[in-house]
Amino acid sequence: MCGIVGLFCKTETHRHELGRLTEVMLAEMGDRGPDSAGFAVYDAGVPGRTRITVLAEGLEVNWDPVAAALEATLGAEVTVAAVHDHAVFSTDGDGRIARQWIIDNVAGATVLAQGNKIEMFKAVGYPDLVAERYDLASRTGTHALAHTRMATESAVTTNGSHPFSTGSDTCLVHNGSLSNHNLLRRQLEGQGESFQTENDSEVAAGYLAWRMRSGDTISEALEGALGDLDGFYTFAIGVADGFAILRDPIACKPAVVAETDDWVAMSSEYRAIARLPGALHAEVWEPEPARIYTWSLAA
Amino acid sequence: MSTAVRTFDLAESARRKLNQALHEAADGESFEVLNPRGAHAVACGITADIDVVVRGSVGYYGAGMHQQGRVLIEGNASTGLAENIMSGEVRITGNATMSAGATGCGGLLVVGGNAGARCGISMKGVDIVVGGNVGHMSAFMAQAGNLVVCGDAAADLGDSIYEAQIFVRGEVESLGADCVPKEMRPEHVETVAGLLAAAGEAAHGVDPGDFRRYGSARRLYNFTIDDVDAAQAAAQAAGGDHR
Repeated sequence: MCGIVGLFCKTETHRHELGRLTEVMLAEMGDRGPDSAGFAVYDAGVPGRTRITVLAEGLEVNWDPVAAALEATLGAEVTVAAVHDHAVFSTDGDGRIARQWIIDNVAGATVLAQGNKIEMFKAVGYPDLVAERYDLASRTGTHALAHTRMATESAVTTNGSHPFSTGSDTCLVHNGSLSNHNLLRRQLEGQGESFQTENDSEVAAGYLAWRMRSGDTISEALEGALGDLDGFYTFAIGVADGFAILRDPIACKPAVVAETDDWVAMSSEYRAIARLPGALHAEVWEPEPARIYTWSLAA
Repeated sequence: MSTAVRTFDLAESARRKLNQALHEAADGESFEVLNPRGAHAVACGITADIDVVVRGSVGYYGAGMHQQGRVLIEGNASTGLAENIMSGEVRITGNATMSAGATGCGGLLVVGGNAGARCGISMKGVDIVVGGNVGHMSAFMAQAGNLVVCGDAAADLGDSIYEAQIFVRGEVESLGADCVPKEMRPEHVETVAGLLAAAGEAAHGVDPGDFRRYGSARRLYNFTIDDVDAAQAAAQAAGGDHR
């Protein structure tokens, strides 16, 4: 089943409570799948600075030597802060190189996300507990995506939990299942994308990352996805300055969107949206099958 | 008979308490439900001749398995609104998402706004009036009853339909397998007029003469002659007598 939520703050009004509102939405979706949960938050970031969120589940990692070695590789200063079994690196160096270096050199570590604006956390367990452990409630920013999972296509592990991200500041949460992900994964690996799990949804994230790295806008990348992804999906997608939604042409996976002057919220079910300030007066609608919806901070 | 309206605020009391009270209600009682906030299974399984007004949006299976009485939902509804309705009325002022009125056997479902995909899927006698549009694959395998759409119908309308009737006032994106346009005779205009009148506000000012009728071509009902030959050959091969 799975539950997905996304919240995009169009104005400043709710950016100080983005995390808290996202947590409320996520917790409301908990009974759609309590296996694991995760979230990605986009904030203003520091110009020129890349953050890399790394998961080292069940490992005792001394992050300082890792940061030092990464510094030598990038030829740029690297700082690191541990958050339970996650670590957030920060550097002026190249985030794509840093991601690959960590994947190749830190045994057992998974790079969850890298980019100027994104941080990402995920774990096995109930969504409210996951949100609490990584302090989602105190986070501020412009937009956030979160997911609570009922595993169907791969095991109940942290690596199977969403969101997924392979490209800079691009991530997605997925309700559904893809049937051509193995072929697509091989094709994308040939194009230079690197994957860290066997999960179908990571392939969808990699597909969008590849298209956008090749110069596509998010709309163009999703147009391509409609033709190239085979399966059931409702996606909520985050990019550096925007938010998007796409459902497959059959659209049997639920989605509801609400919009006010201040925010756009998307969820598997309305009850997550009903908790938001101003929800009663929001415009509420169901995204149409195979139609691309995007919102941009620039607009 | 009680005349006082009993109010349940779902922000304060459990939904099960509400449904329990509705199930124990006597004919003629009236209920008001506040703050449903998208909760599932609100006002489900009503068996008495009662009136229920829900002030807000409901989640899955709102007014599901409805047997008697009248439910009015002032808001939107999620998947499976009034699924398996047997008789009585369910009305909603806003939009309904997937599978509204699914497998309904009787009664009336009125959607003031739009209905999503598969509205009236496998309907078995319910009458559904939609003030706006319906989504793709509406009236899929519909067996009996009427689906009246005051707006447009998305792709594959009436796929594999049996004897239900579909009336659409606006555009039909495409018809599903074995669903064909049919002549709109006076008795059909009369049927639509009656349903529009029953729908009330949701179909206010809509002219029953503006609708087109769609139904089954009945090409999927029987073996074609080639199929008969194949069936006899199979029966003979199996040593049976198949006449």
